[in-house]
Amino acid sequence: MTKDDIKQVVLDIIADIAPDEDLTAVKPEVRLRDQLSLDSMDFLDIVMELRKKHGIEVPEADYVQLASLDSCANYLLPKFEAKGK
Amino acid sequence: MSSKPRIVITGLGLTAPNGNSLGEFRANLLAGKARIAVIDVRHMGKHPAGVCDFDATKWQKRKEIRNGTRVGSISIFCAREALGDSGLDWDKVEKSRVGVYLGITEHGNVETENEIHNISQFGNDTKYWTHHHNPRTVANNPAGEVTMNMGITGPHYTIGAACAAGNAGLIQAAQMLQLGEVDIAFAGGVSESIHTFGIFAGFKNQGALGAHEDPTKASRPFDKNRNGIVISEGGAIYVLERLDDALARGARIIAEIAGWCINSDATDAVLPNPERQTECVRMALQRAGMKPQDIHIVSTHATATALGDIQECTALRNVFTDCPDTKINNTKSFIGHCMGAAGALELAGNLPSFEDNWVHPTINIDELDPECAMPGLVINQPIKVARVDTILNNSFGMLGINSALIVKKYGVA
Repeated sequence: MTKDDIKQVVLDIIADIAPDEDLTAVKPEVRLRDQLSLDSMDFLDIVMELRKKHGIEVPEADYVQLASLDSCANYLLPKFEAKGK
Repeated sequence: MSSKPRIVITGLGLTAPNGNSLGEFRANLLAGKARIAVIDVRHMGKHPAGVCDFDATKWQKRKEIRNGTRVGSISIFCAREALGDSGLDWDKVEKSRVGVYLGITEHGNVETENEIHNISQFGNDTKYWTHHHNPRTVANNPAGEVTMNMGITGPHYTIGAACAAGNAGLIQAAQMLQLGEVDIAFAGGVSESIHTFGIFAGFKNQGALGAHEDPTKASRPFDKNRNGIVISEGGAIYVLERLDDALARGARIIAEIAGWCINSDATDAVLPNPERQTECVRMALQRAGMKPQDIHIVSTHATATALGDIQECTALRNVFTDCPDTKINNTKSFIGHCMGAAGALELAGNLPSFEDNWVHPTINIDELDPECAMPGLVINQPIKVARVDTILNNSFGMLGINSALIVKKYGVA
């Protein structure tokens, strides 16, 4: 699992929970909320889907790490590696 | 009620198993076309059910649909269609003066069952229980989803009234308009009940779940061989206004609310009480300033249960004696029992009679139950009558809630 793979994992989740959004030009360094119509419930959906689909737990104190695709990749990479992925 | 403001219907939107507009719904009622599907009910296998096929994406973003509920989508579709039908200039409407009052039989069962199933896939660990559960299951959900979709900032809530809910939503709206709480009301009834196995199982174990090898014949009120309810989803939402406001804006007036009554049996949780139903209908007539002979169509509640149909017929025979101009019909024979939407949809199906003087029948009667025989019952074929000025809409529900709503053609004394 590379950081690019993780970004795609997150994008795939967003595509499911926010199906009206155009995800073709999401900038990885920009906060997701600044370029997509996402609210706090949507971020809880991302946390839930990471748990359900990948067995990844994101504690509430770390939700801020999901702000952008880059920060997601940096934060989630060791968690995926720990899962042997 | 003469000293209170007169209330009129100026718009209507609906989705029924056999129609997504009043025109389509009405055409199928006059053509005798039922539409009942066979669906796979969780834990229970295949059962007949009324399924709506409206396009939710017409008025909602896909994310709204995903995060909301089925009944929220039904409500939004019906409310938006009602708005279009009303001719209101929505941009100029003061949204804080608009209320949403929707009748529901039940709410929350669908989402709760879904989540119980969901966490069962994860060892019943509640950390997999969705955070959407509470906003989806609060009792005001369908009305609240309408306000969010349409930017309505006036009051919204649902009226829990079992299967009398469709009438109850309309009555609540009329009362709020008369009180001056709002200037425009979106009101009626909605249901997503086919998506909960609990309702199917409950009726089945009560011996009240309808079945037939031809699903379109499974709902057959008043037939001697009827065997229970066909559960359906649906919705009908009306725009209601005070008459003076409607006239001031030049609105097309579909009908006037003439009178109503809601009362309680106070006898049994599921067995209807014809004595209280009789009192309910008589009180609605009294409040409308009408005699039984003044009613041209009685839209029955009958759900095709063995005893319930007989009880309602007993009540109607008590009231409508010597009423040669009173015709009696039933809409559940076409669409099943739309639960919270039933009363509102069944009224809607009859409203075009004010213009075309046709009365749609109750269908699927192969052999009329003698105990359900009533003068004026329109059986299997529509009939043309000289005039239709008034409709009495019955809607009854569990825990002994009865409702009768009378509407009349506008301009008729």
